[in-house]
Amino acid sequence: MTREEIIAEINAELAEEFEIDEAAITPDAPIYQTLELDSLSLVDLIGIVQTKYGVLISKAELPTIKTFAQLYDYIEQHQK
Amino acid sequence: MGIWSCIGTTLDEVRDALYQGKSGIIFSQERKDAGFRSALVGNVPKVDLKAYVPRNLRNFMPEEAQYGYIATKQALDNAGIDEDYLNTHEVGIIYGNDSVAEATMNSLDKFRQANSTVACGSGAIFQSMNSNITMNLACLFKLRGINLTASAACASGSQSIGLAAMLISQGLQDCVVCGGAEENNMYGIASFDGIQAFSIRESEPEKASRPFDAGRDGLVPSGGGATIVLESYEHAVKRGANIIAEIVSWGFSGNGDHISTPNVAGPARSLELCLRNGGIDPKQIGYINAHATSTVIGDRREAQAIAQLFGERTVPVTSTKSQTGHEMWMAGASELIYSTLMMKNGFIAGNINFENPDEETACINVVPETKETHFDMFLSNSFGFGGTNSTLIVKNI
Repeated sequence: MTREEIIAEINAELAEEFEIDEAAITPDAPIYQTLELDSLSLVDLIGIVQTKYGVLISKAELPTIKTFAQLYDYIEQHQK
Repeated sequence: MGIWSCIGTTLDEVRDALYQGKSGIIFSQERKDAGFRSALVGNVPKVDLKAYVPRNLRNFMPEEAQYGYIATKQALDNAGIDEDYLNTHEVGIIYGNDSVAEATMNSLDKFRQANSTVACGSGAIFQSMNSNITMNLACLFKLRGINLTASAACASGSQSIGLAAMLISQGLQDCVVCGGAEENNMYGIASFDGIQAFSIRESEPEKASRPFDAGRDGLVPSGGGATIVLESYEHAVKRGANIIAEIVSWGFSGNGDHISTPNVAGPARSLELCLRNGGIDPKQIGYINAHATSTVIGDRREAQAIAQLFGERTVPVTSTKSQTGHEMWMAGASELIYSTLMMKNGFIAGNINFENPDEETACINVVPETKETHFDMFLSNSFGFGGTNSTLIVKNI
């Protein structure tokens, strides 16, 4: 998938799953605050990325993903 | 009291539906297409909790917890118990539930499809536990007293009320939220359909549930949620509550017999114990809300147990399942609410679809049509698989 396709797909999926306005998802927006993630709902983000792209975000690398742009980067680099 | 059922989602709607003899049963094409032998079901509206519970908390709530939530919100509102009160008093919860089929199936389907446990989702562990209703409601309503799920098959709702009444009478709790809820999706009862326990009168859904009638051919599954706020008399008076009714006594028993075929002795002992615990003479009971689900054997055995304790064709008896179908884990609580609404509004809802008894159900006085009458005390039966029996007596205030 191209980066543009990933962005369109994941944004729509996250907006639906976390019940937020898709317009709030911008490349520089902070993921945790925007999606209102806590220690449990973070698992749902990881699950979506794994199910959609076969990419399991490792525990060690999780702290490096703070914005949506960084999430897109991660998926693009690791997708199979 | 609070209710979410196939005959109404407010106490007023339910009272009117009971009086009018309205049926909540429909034919579900979805179930037929999926392979059900009987596609009859209670038409319970889905709950939309978006306005009440944020996504991250709603994520822990399967269908039955959503019904439990909306019924409990109504009940607390009707009881005049607000957030401030719950934050400053120790209120408990005992709630009936006995299945988590859809939530468990959904999460395990995702697990098997993705070969990953993460795919189950963060809410799955909570949604797939039988105590999901009490765990969710205790957290959402800040309930800090007893926190317990009663799993006793189709007597779960009734047992939850009996247990709560016992804790209160022992002085261990002042106020307990109790009731029962039942998932109403097809997965919860697919295997129940498989053992051919359901009515197949699919051409006439509203006539399918016909407890005590000679033409009955099985039960109709339904679901929803029903909540009662139970408190000690002193506690209710002290906070200026609108006291609706009093739980006079609870009786219970086990058949110690067959897992699905009921007997007469077990239910009779439950009735007898309830009367004895309350020091009640059968003549004081103005109405019996029967467990009768519209199965051939179950209705016969209950009729015989009632006749054994009350004499033949004496006290008025109906089964509100004729209108609602069998609300299973919720039934003991919802039927206490239905009966209380009748008692407070001066009528007995007719046992719709009752035309003729069979030889063994002729021993009781089934009221076929709504009758305006006054009564101040009723008895409600709930019996379940495994021979678990529960009986409650309620008195007007």
